[in-house]
Amino acid sequence: MIGQLQQLLLRMRSFFHRAQDDRELDAEMTAHLAFATEDNLQRGLPPTEARRQAFLSFGGPQQAKERHRESRGIPFLDTLFQDLRFGFRMLRRSPGFSLLAILCLTLGIGANAAVFSWVEGILFRPYPLVAHQERLLAVGGTDRSQPGGTGISWPDFLDVQRNCKLFDSFFVTKITGSTLSIGERADVTTGSIVSANYFDAIGVHPILGRGFEPGEDTGWGGHPVAVISYQLWKSRFNGDPQIIGKTQRFNNVIHTIVGVAPEGFYGTFVGWAMQFWVPASMEDTFESGGYKLEDRGARWIEAYARPRPGVTLQQAQQEISAVSQQLENDYPATNRGRGIQLWPLWQTPFNNANTLLPTLEIMLLVVAFVLLIACANVSNLLLVRSFVRRREMTIRLAIGAGRGRLLKQLLTEGLILSVVGAAGGMLVARWCRQALVLLMPARNGKTMLLPGAIDARVLGLSIGICLTTTLIVGLVPAFQTRRIELANALKSDSLGVVGARGRAWLRSSLVVIQVCLSFILLVGAALLMQSLHKIRSTSPGFSTTRVLDTAVSLVAAGYDAPRAKIFQDELVERVRSLPGVESAAYARLAPLGYGTYSETPIAVDGYVPPPGEQPTVRYNQVSPGYFPTMGISVITGREFTRADDEKAPLVAVVNQTMAARYWRGQDPVGQRLQVKGNWAQIVGVAADSKYGSMRENPIPFFYMPLRQDFVRGPAIFIRTTQPLQTMQAALLREVRALDANLALYEMITLQEQVNRSTSPQLVAVTLVAILGGLALLLASIGLYGVMSYAVSQSTREFGLRMALGARTSDLFRLVVSRGLALTGTGILVGVLASLGLTRLFGYLLYGVSPRDPVAFAAAFAVLTIVSLSACVLPAWRAMRVDPNVALHYE
Amino acid sequence: MAESKLDLLQGTLDLMVLQTLATMGSLHGYGIARRIEQVSGDSVLLNQGTIYASLVRLQQRGWISAEWGVSSNNRRAKFYSITKRGRKQLSQDAAYWQRLSSVIGRVLALPVGSAEK
Repeated sequence: MIGQLQQLLLRMRSFFHRAQDDRELDAEMTAHLAFATEDNLQRGLPPTEARRQAFLSFGGPQQAKERHRESRGIPFLDTLFQDLRFGFRMLRRSPGFSLLAILCLTLGIGANAAVFSWVEGILFRPYPLVAHQERLLAVGGTDRSQPGGTGISWPDFLDVQRNCKLFDSFFVTKITGSTLSIGERADVTTGSIVSANYFDAIGVHPILGRGFEPGEDTGWGGHPVAVISYQLWKSRFNGDPQIIGKTQRFNNVIHTIVGVAPEGFYGTFVGWAMQFWVPASMEDTFESGGYKLEDRGARWIEAYARPRPGVTLQQAQQEISAVSQQLENDYPATNRGRGIQLWPLWQTPFNNANTLLPTLEIMLLVVAFVLLIACANVSNLLLVRSFVRRREMTIRLAIGAGRGRLLKQLLTEGLILSVVGAAGGMLVARWCRQALVLLMPARNGKTMLLPGAIDARVLGLSIGICLTTTLIVGLVPAFQTRRIELANALKSDSLGVVGARGRAWLRSSLVVIQVCLSFILLVGAALLMQSLHKIRSTSPGFSTTRVLDTAVSLVAAGYDAPRAKIFQDELVERVRSLPGVESAAYARLAPLGYGTYSETPIAVDGYVPPPGEQPTVRYNQVSPGYFPTMGISVITGREFTRADDEKAPLVAVVNQTMAARYWRGQDPVGQRLQVKGNWAQIVGVAADSKYGSMRENPIPFFYMPLRQDFVRGPAIFIRTTQPLQTMQAALLREVRALDANLALYEMITLQEQVNRSTSPQLVAVTLVAILGGLALLLASIGLYGVMSYAVSQSTREFGLRMALGARTSDLFRLVVSRGLALTGTGILVGVLASLGLTRLFGYLLYGVSPRDPVAFAAAFAVLTIVSLSACVLPAWRAMRVDPNVALHYE
Repeated sequence: MAESKLDLLQGTLDLMVLQTLATMGSLHGYGIARRIEQVSGDSVLLNQGTIYASLVRLQQRGWISAEWGVSSNNRRAKFYSITKRGRKQLSQDAAYWQRLSSVIGRVLALPVGSAEK
């Protein structure tokens, strides 16, 4: 044991004392040869022969030295260092090549690392400081009668929490907003309504004070306590160490601050940093739509669960399905046809994880393509050099280097390139960490929080990518040296012919691969662009121009319903009399926002639902004038009037799809509709429009008069010819004239509302277009490189052709057609691959077939033009070959 | 001629070097190489140069030691001698080698085709 240790130490010593050891060995060998020569002289050989014999019996001195080094040192490290030194020298000798190669790899690896970091920071580990995120599951509701997920009701949540045994914890978080005024400043802040176990369940401990105590999430407004974020504590309370126990108004209700969350904790909602947390008992203060903790039909919460270690998703789902089945049986009125489903965190069906997932999935594929293209480029560059270095390799082979040793050398050079490229790539990824936020719209002047996370897993993956890259870029030129035949190679030859087979084929196929991959990316980018254009230009069923949308902070200012009604009436009258205003109205929710519409089980005379289903329909509460303001036409019947108030009988307006589904083509005006157990008379049918998303298919939907299902803080819509800024100032004046304490939320056009709801598509388009452009650039560099090289190696052939009467235009055509042949092959393969691959865009495409011919044609045109221009310069050089010089070359 | 020389098995050169040093005392590299050739009656195929790899290996294991000295004909050379641990190792290896060669000898002495009985 000790002997081995000692030996290892000695080996390491000799690794660092290489020069000294070599000198000693030299001296020893010189002595050896001298002894041998003397012996031979004594045996009577002539001096030259004596010396020759001494050398012969000694064997090769170089081999002896090499073996000596191997046995005394650490041969692996020895040769590695030798290769590294040599590699660095080779790279320094051609800085242009090295820079280009490193740049390609930096972009390729950087793009991958950036996307990995987004996937990690947004999908897999989105919540800094939250413990065991790998075991976290998202909990959402399902509805058998319609696709897409729903929230969960509070009573259902409690039942699930009580009855499931395979889970460590269930917890609730629901994003909400509040205006927060401290002194003079009033700000809109974002916070969460949470279950009392929230901080314990996620393993986050407040740095001051406490989290919530059991029972604080029960009762109606029973526990006005709040935990505030570190950031809020620092910025708004100046880091007051005595903050615990102080009070703060949230939505005009005085809350006691009981805790301060640790720095770097942003809550559990992908996209926004939470500034405060309140227990679910305060729900009615923050959510519109009344007290919902006892309403099993109000599915408003988003929940997470953490199963016990070792419990699989299937087992967890089975248990939760059994519980929700029981709920269906026990509460058919609200729960028939409803289920509860678990998702791994990265498939979370709510928040921005959900909107960005399809984009990020596609991006993983796209950056893999970009990396491949970059690798092909570097391989190509290395190949060119391996031709240049052919003589060097051949000589090394001739003086006895093994092919394995050469391979190691080439791999080492690849390793140097990719390690430097990976280091650059990590920098790129670091710079890009916040890039997604730039593409997502800010709201109320606040930017989103979508950081990439560069952690051990991302680093590990990037190292993996780096090693794979090494293999690819190192092995391709090695493949070439495999074919060196000593005898031929030692006779120098550079008599290439344009398009000569043999050694050109490898480079050509690399270019074909590049063209093919770029083509796929271009088709993807074109499809996404078309689809974005289509989605943004599709009519949502309401006017997008000239209609502005905002809200007044009535809830935050603590208005009760009677005061809010008076205020709303006064404000809308004042707005209608403003210059340039055509009409104005309220609605509980603006279309295409993040808010959830109210929904209700319905019944219709003469309509028998399929067994096991309880038809449930979403609705919006709107004021008189809503339909003309929004530009939604009322097809039959009438819209709401001032007379449809709380004292009048209930009325409703249904949309076309609802009329068609439940009244089967008959005019429903005058018929009855049961809403939350009460019958309402249908007074009109409105045209279909988009409600939750631009992508949705027509869904059944209806409207109730705001006064008959009142909410205090509705959105206000103004149809006007005035520009937005003017209108905003005018509206603020009117609001302040009524109550100086009120704030106005951000005012946007409905077009902006459409744009915001389609921002994930914009992200996808932008990223794919940028990377597609990058791919195109890399591929054209590759093509240019191949053509330039081919031309430079074919000088003699051009000279001959010209001597035999070819015109310069013939040469031009020869080179360009050769380049286009490569492009053509690449495009052909690309078309076939794209036909199969573009359906992966699935969800991201809207109104565009994945095989849309326009997109294919556009990609074809762009690639052809780019590759033509990549060939022109080499072709022009071919034209300028002087036959006299060319034929005397060599 | 060359074909009839014995190729050295891995590790056998080390054993020969140890044995040579054990019987001859202190020797330089050339001396060891010549001695092995003479003892084997020139029937071992030895590139004398390879002896140095073996010497450095044995030295690192602490079985031999080396120091620079002056030869009888006044030439500077490195002289190697066996250490105590080297002697111990030699006796172990020699015993092992003898057992192995006797086993191999017996195996090879089996008549061809004896398995068919």
